[in-house]
Amino acid sequence: MGRRLYAYPYHLWTFLFTVVPLALIVYFAFTARDTAAFTLDNLRQAAQPVYLGVLWHSVWLAGVSTFLCLLIGYPMAMILAKSRVRYRRMLTMLIVVPMWMNFLLRTYAWMTLLEKNGAVNAFLGFLGLPALHILYTDYAVLLGMVYNFLPFMILPIYSVLMKMDKSLLEAAEDLGADAWTSFRRVTFPLSLPGVYAGTIMVFMPAVTTFVISRLLGGGQYMLAGNVIEQQFLAIGNWNFGSALSVLMMILIFLSMIGLSRYDKDSDGGLFL
Amino acid sequence: MQGEEIIRLEGLTKWYESGHTVLDHINLTVRRNEFLTLLGPSGCGKTTTLRLIAGFEQPSEGRILFDGQDISHTPPHQRRINTVFQKHALFPHMNVFENVAFGLTVKKLPKDEIEDRVRKMLALVNLEDYENRSVDSLSGGQQQRVAIVRALVNEPEVLLLDEPLSALDLKLRRDMQVELKRIQQRVGSTFIYVTHDQEEALTMSNTVVVMNAGRIQQVGRPEDIYNEPRNPFVADFIGESNILPGRMLRDGLVHFADYDFPCVDKGIGQDVPVDVVVRPEDVAIVGADDGMIRGTVESVTFMGVHYEMRITGEDGFLWLVQSTAMTPAGAPVGMNIGPNEIHVMTKEEV
Repeated sequence: MGRRLYAYPYHLWTFLFTVVPLALIVYFAFTARDTAAFTLDNLRQAAQPVYLGVLWHSVWLAGVSTFLCLLIGYPMAMILAKSRVRYRRMLTMLIVVPMWMNFLLRTYAWMTLLEKNGAVNAFLGFLGLPALHILYTDYAVLLGMVYNFLPFMILPIYSVLMKMDKSLLEAAEDLGADAWTSFRRVTFPLSLPGVYAGTIMVFMPAVTTFVISRLLGGGQYMLAGNVIEQQFLAIGNWNFGSALSVLMMILIFLSMIGLSRYDKDSDGGLFL
Repeated sequence: MQGEEIIRLEGLTKWYESGHTVLDHINLTVRRNEFLTLLGPSGCGKTTTLRLIAGFEQPSEGRILFDGQDISHTPPHQRRINTVFQKHALFPHMNVFENVAFGLTVKKLPKDEIEDRVRKMLALVNLEDYENRSVDSLSGGQQQRVAIVRALVNEPEVLLLDEPLSALDLKLRRDMQVELKRIQQRVGSTFIYVTHDQEEALTMSNTVVVMNAGRIQQVGRPEDIYNEPRNPFVADFIGESNILPGRMLRDGLVHFADYDFPCVDKGIGQDVPVDVVVRPEDVAIVGADDGMIRGTVESVTFMGVHYEMRITGEDGFLWLVQSTAMTPAGAPVGMNIGPNEIHVMTKEEV
């Protein structure tokens, strides 16, 4: 009974900051802007090809950046897990320290670096290589996403790899598996909970970001996050913005269900 | 029954960067079809020896010969040796069948051959009906049996077992000892078994290797190790024993506990210091004035089949004596020790 009492603040918290805002968004999404009467117009408007295209583009970019984070982050997590204790601490610091800096600031820094006459091109020119013009393109946005969200991929994978029983790898090796086979059949399958956690932690912020796309994508560049932000802050159409949000939540929800289907081992994971 | 040499360790030495030497020039020959046990207290180097043979660690010095070939630096997956790990190390993401089949699928054998061999192995340990069970749902004893057949299904020429029964309770351990021995006789491969349990070593092995502090203390048949321990460490580690300092007066006569005992040991020398081992069950309790030596019973413990008594001798030595007859604490007793029950060991320079 006492235990239940302790849980009340959390229930209250969840109610105030999760249930209420969600309900409000759903309310706005299904009501008309001027009359506040029930309507499906907002959703119908949000389902127009132009907006669906933006949504799809957001999911696509977030998916690609999640994949890139996995590609870069997994080996880094392995290196981290295999290195000696003192070295490992230093590496972990190096991965985490950039996160101490303001997220906006870090993204602004990339703008300067990627400029036509920025540091990156100066360096390329110094090497005699052709200049890179990726600022205000998908590539710059991808770069910004991967750069900002990579630690969220590395850390969960690293923690799963650290906890893995090393004798399992010895057993695989003992039974005739070479390094690649034991990775493929033992290490990787057992690290999947970390991969799922990392995927969710990268994909979620990537698909909803509007800062990275605004700064590195340029003014006209639109991702779902930007459209929603614009509806709320610039145009003031909360109802349409909410409809777009609901659509996006449904989309994320579906992709997470798709993911959790393969995640049968990690009960009590981050999602579902 | 035991065949030609299959593994030979030559001057095998292992030290770590910290400067700690775990294995100190071990020489050992393992014969085909033998059940050989490495026995010793924790930290004696027995597990390190096993890990070197498996290939998980590299020797700092010396070599390991397998069928006459140096395999000291061959990676584990290329050795015709398999291991049963102390904590089973079953793959948690695979069911029983997939665990046992792992080694065969790695070798890319045809599917029906794999199924055939895995089923036969599971039948060997009475786990036919558990193919599709997850390994977490098995009991400790069942997990152990899966671990054993997962290694055996590869038909290794040598099977290494690293304290495989230590996690099991006493009764299950006894059952598994019998079962392991049976399996070894059935499949006829060479077993190298590591344990700190002397009873386990004595009951299962053809050959016992007693180790301490990175060195081999004695190699021999279980009976020889028990009856003819070569030094006080072995005598003390293998079963309980009374170890007394004494002097070998001449062939067949040894002095200890203030008495000259006739014995059967010869060729040790005249008037040299020795250690004498007497097993607790070999001391005969007689009337107080009828024995070779006298003592007073300090304590009596009922052990089931026998009583265990602590008896202080007149010279102050505390004897451990086992007898089926009870003598109450405080009573004066006499003790007799026959010539065959006395084992004399030359003192070793430590």
